[in-house]
Amino acid sequence: MADEPTTPRKTALLVLGCPQVPVQTSIALYLINRLKKAGITPVVAGNKAANTLLVVADPDRHYLGEVMDLDRAVALMAEKKRDFSSCFVFIHNDAGVTYAATMGAISKAKLYAVVYGEHYEEQVKKIEFPCTTIAAKAIHNPLPLKKALDEVKPWDA
Amino acid sequence: MGCVESMNYEIVLRDATFRESRDYIKSHYKEFIDVQPGFKVFDVHVIGLPPIAIGLEGDFVIFPYTKPCHGTFLLRVEDKEEAARLRAQK
Repeated sequence: MADEPTTPRKTALLVLGCPQVPVQTSIALYLINRLKKAGITPVVAGNKAANTLLVVADPDRHYLGEVMDLDRAVALMAEKKRDFSSCFVFIHNDAGVTYAATMGAISKAKLYAVVYGEHYEEQVKKIEFPCTTIAAKAIHNPLPLKKALDEVKPWDA
Repeated sequence: MGCVESMNYEIVLRDATFRESRDYIKSHYKEFIDVQPGFKVFDVHVIGLPPIAIGLEGDFVIFPYTKPCHGTFLLRVEDKEEAARLRAQK
């Protein structure tokens, strides 16, 4: 009997910003956990500091799967060598908005802008491209951003 | 920065917003091209809100380079072949 055709597993890319705002690492691990429970394979792309914060916090890789350099992820996607079902871009500064716009242009993934930090409203105003915005004033306490994520439930999409 | 680190570049703007860097190119360079995010300049896939302006001034190429922690830099690099390749995109 021929094998049943299988639906390709969904994948999600988490694009990390500068890790200077503490909630990023916490929310990234939370989101990874929710995605995995929903059967979605998470991949993390960030700069060295952002990636290392996650890798050190999860040495046995209970949560983390593939972790890659952000520039490499952009190159692979721009060259159409790799894409994802969904893409979450962590934003707390202008660079974050810039990366989100880029992901929207080079990827077919459903795009989520996860906006936080002291000046989150200022960053939200700059988002003029199609995406789902998940935003909260969260700096040290991740709960407002967790609540915003839970309301959208992107892992159920 | 990958290969950018090995380039002999001049920083025209540092720690700018992406919009500031685009406005700077359009107001300071008579010649520029608009490209989409992911377009390759030298060995760098440029990041930005489309359209991304790349300035040209003789043999110099002026392009934005964004770093997650430091915002957008405008870099000016002399390279005759790359300037000619970009002019051919017009």
